[in-house]
Amino acid sequence: MGQTISEKIISNHAGKKVYAGELVISDVDGCMASDTTGPLTIKAFREMGGKKVFNPKKCALIIDHAAPSPNERIANLHKMMRDFAKEQGMRLFEIGEGICHQVMVENQYVKPGDIFIGADSHTPTYGALNAFACGVGSTDLAATMMTGKIWLKVPQTIKINCSGKLQDGVTAKDLILFLVGKVTVSGATYQTIEFTGEAFEGMTLASRMTIANMSSEMGAKTGIVHPKGLKLDYDFEAITPDDDANYIKSFDFDVSGLEPQVSAPESPDNVHNISNYEGTKINYAFIGTCCNGRLEDLDIAAEILKGKKIHADVRMVIAPASQSVLLDAISNGTMKTLIEAGASLITSGCGPCVGTHQGVPADGEVVISAANRNFRGRMGNPNSNIYLGAPSTVAASALEGHIVNPKKYLL
Amino acid sequence: MSGIQTNIKAKAHVYGDHIDTDRIIPGKYTKTLDMSTLANHVLEDLDPNFNKIVKQGDILVAGINFGCGSSREQAPLALKQAGVSVVIAQDFARIFFRNAINIGLPVLELANHKIDKGAELDVDLKTGIVKDLTGGVTYTATKLPDIMINILNEGGLVNYLTKNGSYSL
Ligand code: SF4
Repeated sequence: MGQTISEKIISNHAGKKVYAGELVISDVDGCMASDTTGPLTIKAFREMGGKKVFNPKKCALIIDHAAPSPNERIANLHKMMRDFAKEQGMRLFEIGEGICHQVMVENQYVKPGDIFIGADSHTPTYGALNAFACGVGSTDLAATMMTGKIWLKVPQTIKINCSGKLQDGVTAKDLILFLVGKVTVSGATYQTIEFTGEAFEGMTLASRMTIANMSSEMGAKTGIVHPKGLKLDYDFEAITPDDDANYIKSFDFDVSGLEPQVSAPESPDNVHNISNYEGTKINYAFIGTCCNGRLEDLDIAAEILKGKKIHADVRMVIAPASQSVLLDAISNGTMKTLIEAGASLITSGCGPCVGTHQGVPADGEVVISAANRNFRGRMGNPNSNIYLGAPSTVAASALEGHIVNPKKYLL
Repeated sequence: MSGIQTNIKAKAHVYGDHIDTDRIIPGKYTKTLDMSTLANHVLEDLDPNFNKIVKQGDILVAGINFGCGSSREQAPLALKQAGVSVVIAQDFARIFFRNAINIGLPVLELANHKIDKGAELDVDLKTGIVKDLTGGVTYTATKLPDIMINILNEGGLVNYLTKNGSYSL
């Protein structure tokens, strides 16, 4: 019987052919924790008798969620992570080096065909690389760091086929928002999503990361973009599904007529055509995160804002996904354009995405954000409202002071 | 089950569908190893009264997709620390489900339950049978995979690995 991409990758690691529904104990190729999950991971690692991580080259800690530390409590947790990394001889990515998912991909902690376990729910982002990557909590991660293994139930796979090419001015973010709206926040719970079809084939790695990233918003265990068209700086062997692979469900969409999309408060699957929300006044525009903080995201915002000023009633925050993204955006002039337009640059990292610091909205304020989540209270204030959109939508809305279709600025 | 009470008779606090981890414990409170901070803010954006009315041993009941969102283990830890003895939902988001078992907070999936706010429940974790004494209905929970039962039997993954050194099926 044929296999899906997940079934093939897990089979390669379990040493036997496995199919959806089977329980396996699998070797992992890499694992990481952030400063939200790392301290509890270290605590659990010690409690379970851990002395040495299974392989210091395959384990990483990243300080990104509250970086630099906003108070002494978090400063002490960061210190605990630094001490642990030093003791174990493993790499710790410091404040400002970037968001966990971005630095794992940039530094090749994960490669096509790998199984990667991350103590963060957006670990499926690496499905952009044709890897099987899932998020776990701290205690699971401690066990993986200690043993180099994880127990998994081989997931069933949902196939999402998107035919047609996206129109100019419509981006990967619009497409994934549209798909989250269709599949819903719990539509893929426990399952893998395989994204396949013409719409994905021409996508850059960065766009594929945006797609795979929001598999989490459908409850999926992971999401893998079909490797057709994937270009990397190194050679790799692509894992493709068999023609007779078994899918629990299939979706088919022709996306050639797709308009920019917006997810309205307060659930990522509350997705509509942007025309439904055009004119909604905004106070705060945010571009960043593991979903949309990469160079192409900042570039498109700069294209829209070049030579202009953002609206007087709007403030804009930019958090590049990594230091390397920031350096590229400095070299190509994007960062200068954004700052001249009135944006405020903050440390590479999660920034205001998770409401810890660096830009919490006030009561009654409306945010347009390039992030992946808009749950109530997500940015630190339960009395604010968050709309999600593409970086292009965020930039155009910052310019006009209300939500607006960015297409006219891009054609 | 070592360290876990298997027969629970307590009151149900009932909430709706898609209770995400930001509502269970907002991100701004998660960066701590102090469990009482977590308990003080549990469910605060959903029901600011919850931590005042919850009593040791009470049961949390929800609809579908409980615990969706972040991977933060602080979510089940906050519930456990606040006194919740078991979470019953129509179904769970997968990371929350694993996390709860790993830290020794029992979770039961009752696909079509109609448990009302304030109901008295009698739960047998060994059999997965839940009696709604107020509603007069008896439910049977979906069976957990064996490895999860073994982890829960030890009181969580830390104890399981301390005892076994690694996983086994
Ligand atoms: S950027 Fe936001 S969604 Fe991504 S890892 Fe950081 S907090 Fe999570």
